[in-house]
Amino acid sequence: MTELRLHGLSYGERLRAVDLTVRPGETVGLIGPNGSGKTTLLRCVYGTLVPTAGHALLDGDDLHALGPKARARRVATVPQDSATEFELTVRELVALGRSPHKRFWEGDTGADRERAGAALARVGLADLADRPYPTLSGGERQRALVARALVQDPALLVLDEPTNHLDIRHQLDVLALVRTLGTTNLLALHDLNLAGAYCDRIYVLERGRVVTGGTPAEVLTPALLEAVYGVDTEVIPHPRTGSPTVLYMHRPAVGQDPSTM
Amino acid sequence: MSPTARTAGPAGEPTGAPGAPEDPQAPPRQDTPATGAAGAAGAGRPAGPERPGRPGAGSPGAPVRKAGPPPRTGGGPLRYTVVVTGLLLALAAAATASLALGSVRIPPGQVLDALTGRSGPSPFRTIVLDVRLPRVLLGAVVGAGLAVVGAVLQALVRNRLADPFLLGISSGASAGAVLVLVLGGGVGLVGGVTTTLALPAGAFVGALLSLVLVYGLARTGGTLTSTRLVLAGVAVSYILSALATLLLVVAGRPEQFQEAMYWSLGGLGSARWDTLALPAVVLAVGVGALLTLARPLDLLLVGEEEATVLGLDTARFRAAVFVLASLVTAVMVSASGAVGFVGLMAPHAARLAVGAPHRRLLPVAALGGALALVLADLAARTVAAPQDIPVGVLTALTGGPFFLWLMRRRPGPEGAAL
Repeated sequence: MTELRLHGLSYGERLRAVDLTVRPGETVGLIGPNGSGKTTLLRCVYGTLVPTAGHALLDGDDLHALGPKARARRVATVPQDSATEFELTVRELVALGRSPHKRFWEGDTGADRERAGAALARVGLADLADRPYPTLSGGERQRALVARALVQDPALLVLDEPTNHLDIRHQLDVLALVRTLGTTNLLALHDLNLAGAYCDRIYVLERGRVVTGGTPAEVLTPALLEAVYGVDTEVIPHPRTGSPTVLYMHRPAVGQDPSTM
Repeated sequence: MSPTARTAGPAGEPTGAPGAPEDPQAPPRQDTPATGAAGAAGAGRPAGPERPGRPGAGSPGAPVRKAGPPPRTGGGPLRYTVVVTGLLLALAAAATASLALGSVRIPPGQVLDALTGRSGPSPFRTIVLDVRLPRVLLGAVVGAGLAVVGAVLQALVRNRLADPFLLGISSGASAGAVLVLVLGGGVGLVGGVTTTLALPAGAFVGALLSLVLVYGLARTGGTLTSTRLVLAGVAVSYILSALATLLLVVAGRPEQFQEAMYWSLGGLGSARWDTLALPAVVLAVGVGALLTLARPLDLLLVGEEEATVLGLDTARFRAAVFVLASLVTAVMVSASGAVGFVGLMAPHAARLAVGAPHRRLLPVAALGGALALVLADLAARTVAAPQDIPVGVLTALTGGPFFLWLMRRRPGPEGAAL
């Protein structure tokens, strides 16, 4: 089991000295208003941004010292959508996840294809394996990208708004799936109730800084949500699961501060 | 070197003078984007994000949706074998036809006799072996090279509209070659054997610079948009062509304009056995190298950010692809002038046949490009015989409309052709 520790991680003005720990096997959520630095933080972890200060340590190894390939063997990410315009089949797209474990000239072996097939079965897409990826629906694409992360065989999974653009059923499916993978997970979420239900702990970001972190029950309080998001809420335990559930006080549009939408 | 002017006039097939090569000298090259107008047509498309819409947003996936007939791409090994075999047969047939047809019609039996060495010295034998065969082979090599470069560039910029000609790389190669010619002519450097390497070397530098320039211009602001890519390619192409012309004028060689014009349109008339070796070697090396890079090329298809996350050192890999693409383009352009659109059409057709992964795509694109250019050159020699139409004119006449069609087409649910 892998542990992620961020020490003073900074990226210009967008991320300022963030300390954060994801303990082995934990699923940790990042919440915060738009522009609070969630995506920047994740990108610094999965390696498409180089932090201007601080470190992201995976079991003590600085992720940026690792280089793309060694990093990709240990950290996988599920993007919101894959932008491929060329018609890779779903199976071909998923098989790309084996790349960090291959020399660049090596093709896919039978074992790789089996892995891809198994991952597709696990996300429920076995029937669509030979379809061109661009013809899939949003939910199917998201699941295909989860399958690609699976065949990457990562210790840490980083997800940026994995539920964006999904209908509610697929939001629940994807998050439940992520929790069963046995990986250490760090994910940015907009939906506070999903964060409350699926995360072991939650960190709150505001303007590039960590405001607080803790269990959902500790973090999701009316006072904090008022302070960070500027909204009036009630937080009650879910009647069946007991997880903290946020109810919003709806306001007339006139008085609304657009920055907190 | 005092390049003999090549005329765009009657095709030089030596009807009565066996032994005279169709083109005694490989002429200097200059590129004016005569067919660039077709590329400029792409500029008319409104700017916009690469992917205008997200299909899932409108119709969040119903759980058991199995909409429509699943349009398979790629297919299995069997399909690949069938496609490759079919292309090889077609290429052999096209080559045979090219050896038999022309301003002098040679019976297929005599063609075979000449090829197998069964016939003694004869005018037919000379035409087949010394005139037409090198030309057919050069056509195949150049077509294959341009198609492979086109496929790779399309992956690099993630855009089906990329082509060495449209991105200005061919013009860069021309300008580089002309510069070598002008400078070398001044100091007596270029001559004999040196020419065969100095010109392609100059072309390589020119091609690499123009590719880096166009890519950099199109990428300004972090993202690569189609509009900017095509516009940058066309603009750079014009600038470099003008530069090449200027060099010729300043160097006092206006007499080369006509041949430069012929060359700018692209033609295979200069094919001789001794000009064939370099393109053939570079094609083999280039395609071989790119085939070993099939996996990272596939990774580029999902975008640089995702490729990085999947373990690719994108900056380094991009540099390697720049060098390889420029090298192949430069050598092909040095041999045949700027033949456009083969690098656009062949990869597209290949993708339809065997799918996007490069391990299958590159060989099929190469064979398709070879076939396309051999056929185009056959038409160029025979349609208006004894006139020898520059083959680039024919590829532009077919490729230009194809470009426009591709530009307007919405291939997937995303309308993501651009």
